[in-house]
Amino acid sequence: MQTAVANANDIHSHDTHHGADHAHHELSFIRKYIFSTDHKVIAKQFMVVSLFFLFVGGLFALMIRWQLAYPGSAIPLIGNILPTNWVSDGAVTANFYTQLLTLHGTVMIFYVIIPLAVGMFGNFCIPLMIGTDDMALPRLNMFSFWLVPPAGLILLSGFFYDSGTAAAGWTGYPPLGPTSGPGQTTWLVSLFMIGFSSIMGGTNYMATVLNKRAKGMQLFQMPLTVWGLFITAILIVLGTPVLAAAISMQLCDQYLHTGFFMPDNLLVTAPDNTYVTNAFIAQGNQLLEHKQLLGGGGQPILWQHLFWFYSHPAVYIMILPGMGIVSDVLSTFARKPLFGYKAMIFAIMAIAFLGFLVWGHHMFQSGMNPLLGTTFMLSTIVIAVPSAIKIFNWLGTIWKGNIRFTAANMNALAFIATFIIGGLSGVFMASAPVDIYIHDTYFIVAHIHYVLFGGALFAIFSGIYYWFPKMYGKMLSENLGRKHFYWSFIFFNLTFYPMHILGVGGHMRRIYNPYIYEFLQPLQPMNQFVTFAAIVLGFSQLILIVNIFWSLKYGKAAPRNPWQANTLEWSAPAHPGHGNFDTDIVVYRGPYEFSVPGRDSDFYPQTEPPSENEVPIHSGH
Amino acid sequence: MSGLSLSHEPVTGVPHGKLAMWIFLASEIMFFTGFFGAFIVLRNSNLELFSHSAGELSKGLALLNTFILIGSSLTMALSILNLEKGNTAKFRLFLGLTILCGFGFLIVKSIEYSTKFGHHIFPWTNVFFSFYFIMTGFHALHVIAGMIPMFFMFIKSFTKKGYNHPAKVETLGLYWHFVDLVWIFLFPVLYLIFPSH
Repeated sequence: MQTAVANANDIHSHDTHHGADHAHHELSFIRKYIFSTDHKVIAKQFMVVSLFFLFVGGLFALMIRWQLAYPGSAIPLIGNILPTNWVSDGAVTANFYTQLLTLHGTVMIFYVIIPLAVGMFGNFCIPLMIGTDDMALPRLNMFSFWLVPPAGLILLSGFFYDSGTAAAGWTGYPPLGPTSGPGQTTWLVSLFMIGFSSIMGGTNYMATVLNKRAKGMQLFQMPLTVWGLFITAILIVLGTPVLAAAISMQLCDQYLHTGFFMPDNLLVTAPDNTYVTNAFIAQGNQLLEHKQLLGGGGQPILWQHLFWFYSHPAVYIMILPGMGIVSDVLSTFARKPLFGYKAMIFAIMAIAFLGFLVWGHHMFQSGMNPLLGTTFMLSTIVIAVPSAIKIFNWLGTIWKGNIRFTAANMNALAFIATFIIGGLSGVFMASAPVDIYIHDTYFIVAHIHYVLFGGALFAIFSGIYYWFPKMYGKMLSENLGRKHFYWSFIFFNLTFYPMHILGVGGHMRRIYNPYIYEFLQPLQPMNQFVTFAAIVLGFSQLILIVNIFWSLKYGKAAPRNPWQANTLEWSAPAHPGHGNFDTDIVVYRGPYEFSVPGRDSDFYPQTEPPSENEVPIHSGH
Repeated sequence: MSGLSLSHEPVTGVPHGKLAMWIFLASEIMFFTGFFGAFIVLRNSNLELFSHSAGELSKGLALLNTFILIGSSLTMALSILNLEKGNTAKFRLFLGLTILCGFGFLIVKSIEYSTKFGHHIFPWTNVFFSFYFIMTGFHALHVIAGMIPMFFMFIKSFTKKGYNHPAKVETLGLYWHFVDLVWIFLFPVLYLIFPSH
C-alpha cells in the first residue's frame, strides 16, 4: 500500500520535472511533524515531551530538597507565587510535600526514563540499526506516542483539585491509595494510558526486530542496542498488563467500592472524610458522621505483589536499553570489538528472566512469609552474576583500546562507574537482614538514583550525544557536551552519595520534616549540602538544552558517519528522510568489527562487501 | 527511493499484523493473569464466602454463553476460509453470524447482570462479586472491541469494492479466538469449581 503511494509520488514528480527527493516533501505539515508515522519523527516527539517532563520532575525534586534542608522556610524565587493550598508562607505544606514526592517518582519513571530509553531510542534506533525503512506497524506507532501527551496532562491536572493530586507515593499502596480522593484517580488513569502506550510500542518493536531485519542480518548480528531494546520490549509486553489489571482493581476499589485491596474492619479517618469497610458496620459498630462505605475482604499486600510484579521488571525496562547503548558507544570509541558479544546478549536475557522472579524483595517488610523472603533474596542476589558479566565485558572492551573521550563516551564510562555503585548498594538491600534495617530510608533513595540517574540517564545522555548527528543532521557541540558531563557527573555524586550515609543514619525516605526527631537533627547540614548540590545538578542540565538549540542553529553539518562506526544507521544519509536509506542494505558481518588486522581503516561497516580473498564472517555461527 | 527493496517480505514469514497480534495476545494473557492470580489469592483466604457466593451465579446462562461464543469462533473461522476462497457472499454471511453471536453473548450477559442487580448483588456486595463483575466486565469489553472492526468489515463488504483483506480478517480471527478462550477459563473458575448449593 505504502510503496504504491510512493511510486505514484515518484511518477508525479518525474512528470513535473522535480527531483525524486521532492516527492517526499508533499506531506502536509501536520502529517509530517505532528501526526507523523515516520519512526524518526516519533522518536523526536518522545524526546521533546520527555525532556520537558525531566525539568518538571526535577523542579518537584528541588522543592522536596528545599523542605528537607530548611523545613518551613519559604522556597526562594517561586515560594511566594505558588497557590496557597500548596504552600503556606512560601514553604510547601505537608500535604503538598507528599504530592510532590509522589509525582516526582511517577514523572521521572513513567514520563522521563521509560519514554526516553524505550520510546525515543526504540523508535529511532531499531529501524535504522536493522536496516529497514520504518516500524512494522507505523500507524500503531503513531498512536502509541499520541497517548503520552494526554496521559501526562491528566497526571499534572491532578494538582488543580482542591484536595491535591495523588499523595500515596509512586507505588500507590492501598489502603491509602483508594481512600485519597480524585487526585489518585488522575494518577491511576494516567498510568493506565501510558502503560497501554508502552504495550503497543513494545509489540511494535518486537514485530519489527523479528520481521524487518535487512537482508543477511542474523539475530546474532544485531547491535547490542537493538538487543537491549528487544528484550526490554518483551518485558514491557509481559509485565505492563499486570500493572494495568492492578490499576483497574484499584480504580474499582475507589469508585465501585469493591474490596480487592481493602481489608475487613478497616477504619480510615482523613481530614475531610472517614472511610470504613462494610464488615466494620456489619459487626455492629455505630455509623460515623461523613462516613464513606468501602468494600472489604481484600488484601492490601495483594496490590504490592501485582504492582512489583510489573515494577521490578520495569527497572530493567529502564536500564537494559541503556546497557545496550553503552555497549555500542564504548566499542565504537575504544575502536575495539565488544568483548564477549554473545555473553552480553545472554546476560541481558538472564537479567530479564530473573527480573520476573525477584519482585518480593520490595516487600521484605510487608509481612511476607520469611521462607518466601529467603527465596526472593537468593533470586535477587543471583542477578548480580549477569550484571557482573556485563561490567567485566565493558571493562574488557575498553581495555587497551584506543579510547576517544567524546561526550558520548564519557557519559558511557560514567554509566559503568555509577552503575557499579548502584548495583552494589542493590546487593545490600537484596539481603533481607540488611534490608530490614535500611528499608524505606534514604539508602534506597540513593540506590534508586544511582541506577536510574547515574545508570539509565547517563546512558540516555550518552545515546543523545551519539545519535544526535543522525537525528538532526547537525553535530552537537563537544565543548558544551563535556561541560554538561563534568557538571552533571560531579554534582550527581555530590547529591546522591551522601544519601547513603543519611539512610544508614536512619533518615526516613518520605518524611516531611526529619528534624522533629532529635536523632536526625545532626543530619541537617548534610541535607543542606545535598540540596545545594541538587540545585547545581538541576541547573547544569540546562547546558544540554542550550547545546541542543545552539547546535541545531549553529552546529556543524554532520557527515554520514561522524564516529567511524560500523552499524547500519551510519550507512544512511547524514539526515535521513522518510524511508531512511538511499542504498540497498545487505549485511555481511557483525556490528563490532573494529581494528581488523590487515585493513587500512580501523572500522569495517556491516554493509561493506568482503574483499575477494576474504571469507565472510558470520558471527552467528 | 522506489528502487530500493528495504521493505522486503517478513523475515519470519508471518505478516507484520499477524505477528504483532500474537505478541499482543501474549500481553493480553498477562492482563487476565493479573485477575486470575488475584482471584486465587483471595479465594484461598475467603473460601467459604466464595463458595457460597458462586452458588448464586446462573450456570445455565453461562453455559448458553459458552455455546454462543464457541459457535462464533466457528463462524469466524468459516468467514476467513470463504474470504480466502473468494466467496464473498458466504464470507459476509458468516461474518454477520459472528457479529450476531457477539450481540447474543452481550444480551445474555446483560440479562445475567440485571438479574444480579435485581437480587441486590452489586460489585461491592462482597469480594467474590467484585471479581465476578470485573472479570466478566473486562471480558465483555474485549467482545465489544472485537465486534467493532468486524462491523466495519461487514459494512465495507456491501460497498462496490467489497472487502478483500483476508490477512486482516485472519488477524482479527486470532483475537476473537483468544476472547473465546478467556471465557473458557472464566466459566469454570467463576461458575463451576465451587460446590453447588
